[in-house]
Amino acid sequence: MQPLVRGLTRVGKRCFSCPALTSLNEDELALKEMVANFARAEIAPRVMAMDEAQKMDDEIIRKCFEQGLMGIETSAEYGGADLGFFGSIIAIEELAKVDPSVSVMVDVQNTLVNNAFFRYANKDMQAKYLPMLATDTLGSFCLSEAGSGSDAFALKTRAESMGGGKYVINGSKMWITNSGEAGLFLVMANVDPSKGYKGITCFVVSKDNPGLKVGKKENKLGIRSSSTCEVLLQDCEVHETDVVGEVGKGYKIAIELLNEGRVGIGSQMVGLAQGAFDVAVKYAYERKQFGVAIGTNQGMQHQIAQAATNIQAARLMVYNAARKKANNEDFIQDAAMAKLFASQVAGDVASKAVEWMGGVGFVKDYPAEKFYRDAKIGAIYEGTSNIQLTTIAKMIQAQYA
Amino acid sequence: MMRRTIASNMRAVVGVKQCIDYNIKVKVKDGKVVKDVKHSMNPFDEIAMEAAVQLKEKGIVKEIIAVTIGPKKAEADVLRPAMATGADKSVHVLCEADEADKLETLQVAKIFAKLHEELKGDIYFMGKQAIDDDQSHVPQMLTALLGCSQGTFLSDITVSDDKTSIEISREVDDGHETLKLKLPAVVSCDLRLNTPRFPTLPNIMKAKKKPVDTKKLADMGVDLASRIQVLEVSQPEERKGGGRVADVDELINKLKNEVKAI
Repeated sequence: MQPLVRGLTRVGKRCFSCPALTSLNEDELALKEMVANFARAEIAPRVMAMDEAQKMDDEIIRKCFEQGLMGIETSAEYGGADLGFFGSIIAIEELAKVDPSVSVMVDVQNTLVNNAFFRYANKDMQAKYLPMLATDTLGSFCLSEAGSGSDAFALKTRAESMGGGKYVINGSKMWITNSGEAGLFLVMANVDPSKGYKGITCFVVSKDNPGLKVGKKENKLGIRSSSTCEVLLQDCEVHETDVVGEVGKGYKIAIELLNEGRVGIGSQMVGLAQGAFDVAVKYAYERKQFGVAIGTNQGMQHQIAQAATNIQAARLMVYNAARKKANNEDFIQDAAMAKLFASQVAGDVASKAVEWMGGVGFVKDYPAEKFYRDAKIGAIYEGTSNIQLTTIAKMIQAQYA
Repeated sequence: MMRRTIASNMRAVVGVKQCIDYNIKVKVKDGKVVKDVKHSMNPFDEIAMEAAVQLKEKGIVKEIIAVTIGPKKAEADVLRPAMATGADKSVHVLCEADEADKLETLQVAKIFAKLHEELKGDIYFMGKQAIDDDQSHVPQMLTALLGCSQGTFLSDITVSDDKTSIEISREVDDGHETLKLKLPAVVSCDLRLNTPRFPTLPNIMKAKKKPVDTKKLADMGVDLASRIQVLEVSQPEERKGGGRVADVDELINKLKNEVKAI
C-alpha cells in the first residue's frame, strides 16, 4: 500500500475513500499556482488603472491568451490545455482574488463561449472556431436585450430566413460582456416568433460581419474594465452553416450554458470575497489603535471568523456543483444555490472589508472599495438572485409537494 | 547565399532547488525551521531556467535537463514547473526530506560533479544562491570539482557561433565584468539576467509526459560525510524601533557599547 497522500489511501491505483471537496489533483494545483503567480505579478499592478479607464489593457488580454487561460477545457488538438471544468473554476477563482473583471472575461470565454462549441457545434465548426478562441479571439455571448433579461426567451432579435440557407438578423442586444474586445459573437435570434421560444437559434457572427456593430459601452458601478456594450445587428447576413447546434434549439443551448456559467460566477464571487478578506484582515492585524491591533478586538474577531466561515461554505458549494457537473450528474439546483449564496457572501464580506479598513477602505488608493463595487453584479448577472431563489423553490416544490 | 549554422547539440543542465516559498514568513519552533509549509523553486533558479530556455528558443541549446535533490514532493514543487517552463527532461536525486535539509553545499556540488559523468552538460546553470541558506557556494564548488570554467552573478550571456565558448557579463561591486569562458562552464544567475516567464497552461499539461530519471542518493556513491555542525537555529530578533542620537560621539558610543557592532 502506498503512503497516505492528502487524505487518500491507495491500493494499486484505486481510491479507497472520497477526497475532500477542497482536494485538487496535480494538474489543478499546478494551474492554481500559475494563475495565482500570474495574477499577482501581471494583473495586480494594473487593476486600479484599468478600473479608472474602464478599459481592460490589451496586454492583459494577450497575456491571458498566452498563458492558455482562454482555452482551459479545449482539447490539445485545438490548442487548449485539455483540463476539465474544474480547471476553469480554479482559474476564475484565483483571478477574481486579484481582479473580478479579468476573472469574468476568462469565465465568459470558457464557460459560455467555448462551452457552446464543445457541446453543440459540429466537428467542422469546432475545428474552425476553437483554435482561434484558444489563441487570440475573445468571444461574447449575446442573449439579453433591453426588453428581455430574466425573461430571456422574450427576446426580439429576429433571424429571417431568405431561402438558400441564408438568414438576415435584425435586433439589438444589451449588457453584453467582452463585446468591446470580442472578435466572435454568439447571437441568439428567433427564426420563427410564432413558435415562441422554440424558434430561438444560436448563430456565430464574426466581428467583421458588416451587419454587426458594437454600440455604447455602459458606465458601470463595478467590474468597470470588463466591457459591457450594446451589440447592434442590422441586416446582418449569416448562413445556416453558422448555426450552432440546430435551428430552433437555441433556447436549450442558452439554458444549459447558463447553468454551467452560474458555477463560474459562483467561483468569481468566492474569489472576490477571498481577495477582499485577505487584504482587509492583513490590515486589521497591522493597524493599531488604543495600543492593540484592531483585528484582536473581539468584535472584529467574531466578524472575521464569520466571514471566513461563509467564504468557505460558498467555496464548498461552488466546488461541489463543479465536480457534479464534471461527473455529468444533475447539478442545476446545486449551481443555483452556489451562485446565490456566493454572491451574497461576496457582497457581505466586501462590505465588511471596507469597514474593517476604516477610512483606508473608503479610498481608491486601496483595493477594498473596488471589491465592494464589483461584488454587486454577482446578485444580478447570469440569473438574478430572485431568479435563483425561484428556481431553487420550484425544484424543492417538485420534491415535496 | 545561405549561412550554414552548426546544428546544435549543446546540453544545458539547470540545478533547481526546492525552498520555502518566498511569500511565506519563516518561523522557528523548538530550534528548527518549520518546514511543513509551501515550497517552490528557488527564485534565482527560475532565472537560471529562463536563461537556458531562451538559449533553446534561439536554437543554440538543444536539450535542457533540470536537476533537483530532494524528497518525492520535489517533483511537483520544482521539476514539473521546470519542465513546464521548458526543460526537456529531469533528473531527480531522491532522498528523504530531512536528509535533503542536512545536505551541505560541498555535498551538493559533489552530487552534481557525479552527475556530470553521465549528463556531460556543456553549461551548468544555477541560481547565484538559494533563498533559504543564502550560501552562494555550489556553483563555485562545482567548478572546482570539475576543473572547468566559472561565471558567477551573470547579468548577460552569449554563446559563440562555434559553441565552444560563452561570453558573459557579471555584476561586481564596481560595475560589470565581461569574461570569455571555454565550455564546459558552470554559471550562476543573478537578478538582472532575465525575468522568468510563467509556464503556460498547455505546457504545464505537457510537462506531465516529460521523463523524470529518478536516482537514489544513497546509491550514487557520493561522499556525504558532514563537515559542518549546526549549533543553533533561532528566529532573528524582532526589529525594534530606531532612535535619534545627538552627535557623532553618542553614535560611536551606541555602536560600540550597546549594539556592539564595532
